[in-house]
Amino acid sequence: MSKKVKLETLDDVTIRFAGDSGDGMQLSGGRFTQTSAIAGNDLSTLPDFPAEIRAPAGSLAGVSSFQIHFSSHEIHTPGEEPDVLVAMNPAALKVHLEELVPGGILIVNKNAFTKKNLKLAGYESNPTEDGSLDDYYSVHYIEMSKLVTNACEGLDLPPKIIERTKNFCALGVLFWMYDRPLEPTLDWLKKKFKSKPLIIDANTRALHAGYNYGDTAEIFTTRYVVKKASLTPGKYRTINGALASCLGILTASQKSNLNITFAGYPITPASTLLHTLSNWKNFGIKTFQAEDEIAGIGVALGASYGGSLGITASSGPGIALKAEMMGLAVMTELPLVIISVQRGGPSTGLPTKTEQSDLLQAVYGRNGESPIPVIAPTTPGDCYFATYEACRIAVKYMVPVIVLSDGYLVNGSEPWLIPNPDDLNDFIANFEKENTSGEKFLPYKRDTKTLARNWAIPGTKGLEHRIGGLEKQNITGNVNYEPGNHHEMVQIRAQKVQNIVNEIGPTAIYGKKTGDLLILSWGSAHGSCRLAVETLLEEKLKVAHASVQWVNPLPPDLKNILSKYKKVLIPEVNTGQFRKIIRSEFLVDAVGLNEVRGKPLSPASIIDKAKELINE
Amino acid sequence: MSENQILTKDDFSSDQAVRWCPGCGDYAILSQTQKVFPEITTKKEDVVFISGIGCSSRFPYYMDTFGFHTIHGRAPTIATGLKIANPELSVWIITGDGDGLSIGGNHLIHLMRRNIDLNVMLFNNRIYGLTKGQYSPTSERGKITHSTPMGSLDHPFNPTKLILGAEAGFVAKTIDRELKHLQEMIKRANDYNGTSFIEIYQNCNIFNDGAFSNLTDKKTKSDKLLRIEHGKPMIFGANDNKGIYINGTTPKVVEIGKDYSIDDILVHNEKDEFIADMLSNFTSNDIFPEPIGVLYCKERATYDGLMEQQMQDAQKKDKIPKTLHDLLNAGDTWEVK
Repeated sequence: MSKKVKLETLDDVTIRFAGDSGDGMQLSGGRFTQTSAIAGNDLSTLPDFPAEIRAPAGSLAGVSSFQIHFSSHEIHTPGEEPDVLVAMNPAALKVHLEELVPGGILIVNKNAFTKKNLKLAGYESNPTEDGSLDDYYSVHYIEMSKLVTNACEGLDLPPKIIERTKNFCALGVLFWMYDRPLEPTLDWLKKKFKSKPLIIDANTRALHAGYNYGDTAEIFTTRYVVKKASLTPGKYRTINGALASCLGILTASQKSNLNITFAGYPITPASTLLHTLSNWKNFGIKTFQAEDEIAGIGVALGASYGGSLGITASSGPGIALKAEMMGLAVMTELPLVIISVQRGGPSTGLPTKTEQSDLLQAVYGRNGESPIPVIAPTTPGDCYFATYEACRIAVKYMVPVIVLSDGYLVNGSEPWLIPNPDDLNDFIANFEKENTSGEKFLPYKRDTKTLARNWAIPGTKGLEHRIGGLEKQNITGNVNYEPGNHHEMVQIRAQKVQNIVNEIGPTAIYGKKTGDLLILSWGSAHGSCRLAVETLLEEKLKVAHASVQWVNPLPPDLKNILSKYKKVLIPEVNTGQFRKIIRSEFLVDAVGLNEVRGKPLSPASIIDKAKELINE
Repeated sequence: MSENQILTKDDFSSDQAVRWCPGCGDYAILSQTQKVFPEITTKKEDVVFISGIGCSSRFPYYMDTFGFHTIHGRAPTIATGLKIANPELSVWIITGDGDGLSIGGNHLIHLMRRNIDLNVMLFNNRIYGLTKGQYSPTSERGKITHSTPMGSLDHPFNPTKLILGAEAGFVAKTIDRELKHLQEMIKRANDYNGTSFIEIYQNCNIFNDGAFSNLTDKKTKSDKLLRIEHGKPMIFGANDNKGIYINGTTPKVVEIGKDYSIDDILVHNEKDEFIADMLSNFTSNDIFPEPIGVLYCKERATYDGLMEQQMQDAQKKDKIPKTLHDLLNAGDTWEVK
């Protein structure tokens, strides 16, 4: 029997699922994401999990969360303070309650608030009983463990397994609240647990139990509708940055007819790329798990020397270990792609948290004059395009290229207009042909336009030659220590990278073409900055957002753009690395907004800072 | 130019001036390599020499084949990638005791266990030459060098023992002064399908002169050098009057003719890993002679072969995305109108 509920339309909602590592929060979040995407919302997600695989159950260290921001208009960030918090145990409540908006909806699994769990979370008294929450939030205490136990009665499954379905009960409650269909999740369950009908049954019952609870319990008085967003027409899917990068690699391989050799060493959060690509052997992609980070990049460079495109991926500490080999790639002028997935540093730092603090490492972090092009994807979906471009440029210019991604991009997901590979720039690999002229082959002869040398691979008759880390004589490639030659080669290597500006399209400006303030972002700071500028424009302020993907070389029109605004603000998740580069390249007195909290920038802080600068 | 023209030593000599110190053992190794390669291949464009850093690692510049002088200790990684990209190539790693066993030790042992079809020539002179004389991981303890004026404290590696421990399938040892033997070992390594490892004792006449003189001097070498050959008894000595006898579980040196006959002497079986382990323990052992020859040779599946097999097997798999379009459109999709 259904009760009378109010239907309220909302523009956008942010929900955070929080629970113990073993509570299946990433999974609930993922299913809610998929269902919202199919419902036509724009969305952005932020998974956040502990570095420990299985921290003690119920402990603060073991809390895992998944945030989804979905809306009826275009959005760019996973949201800040959630409107809804699902807390599956006391520890999750303790860690995340502070961020729930005042008056926000709090959904709690009451059964998990046992003496032991309360103590683990450091609660003196039970917050679900002492009334400490009720004045501030719209709280729903639901006995989820009990609900699923009752729902699964008669199923031949151990109580422990049944208890595990409580994440689907929570999901069911939210599906009811936001008027979402259950079918996509039920279909997914059938596919995922094809050989385990009992598990399908238990989770189906749990999902319905949650949904029906919302429908029948007297405690919910309102349901919410978030309408479809008006996105560019076309076919969509959800995508995260890790998968997008892998698809970019595969597209590069198919369009160029090059084989790919991907070699890496396990490291969080870059390992996902190795996992994904190792499933694509039928596409001619070879993957190699190396004995260490250095071997990972060495194998990739060796493969490039052999005519395959070598790719490696890692994160800060691993990238540090790879630096010497990048220098060798610069010196030997071989193509190579290095995907750096930034995480909190220094040292081991915060392995599962995001940061933008490896920019200077990517641009400058090698011995000698060792220029390397660096491209930084701006959104999870942009990882596809940035990785494809990195592969193409590496081969066209015979250089190593760094894709500067980060933890937020690889794990975060968004709806993605499925691209048509035919629309991408052509990608042609030119191999040096057999030399039967009897004349000596000149390995360091260059293309006059790009300054790239030829890709002369072993196995080709008449091309026998030697390369290596010692300085080379231009044209002949012989070892050479002459002062004039070294100076010339330093210039050539720098110019070759500088020539890549010819590949960079105009920088998109969002907002006013001239004005009081330009907010300049690079890489994944894009989303927070775009949201901030949207808000500022609504308030009739003369601001704009410029988002940079190529950080080395910088876009050729950037100097001119910077001159069109009275002030420049550069928000980034580090202490001002891009600002250093911009100030030194353009002598622009840019101001920074720097938050290094292991998560994307807060749009609210950007808005505040922007107003402060405009009103100064 | 016919397809399979017989090549000569000159065809393998590059136009670059050789820059090792006069009298260095590396000259002999280079010369024997250039000499033996025409017997190994008629397609020098398929030959690649890859080295790390050190005196020995200059070697690729002097071979008129493809060559890559990489960075310190990392030649195995580059060689592995090259072989993965193109399994048809004949790949040769040139390394030394510092490059291969110190800074590059990790890569070398993992190379062995993977058994990629390539060859390693490790020039062991028991010293750092290019950096002007510091003790190396194969230097004897107590070595007086620039960095150890009171003598080195490190116990050395025994290379063949280390490499056998790393699961290598082909392990041989030779000496720069044993020209024919050196050629023979290179040919044997080339014939082996998998990672072959040759340790070459090489004299550094500047910083560690005479390190192997007891194995090269006419006066001492017959009593100190044991030439092992598959199927032949392990005999040595000026008149072939000494041999290796197994007493229970331990070997001992015996004199032939008195209490022992030639029939009592252990016959080398290069496919027997227990014999190989035993022989590796003779190194730098005062009681036993130093074995040269093929200590161990037993084929097993190669990494590159298995990888090619997986690549082919993947083609036959059903129920996997077959095209880029499939992958781009995988999972739940929806239309926005």
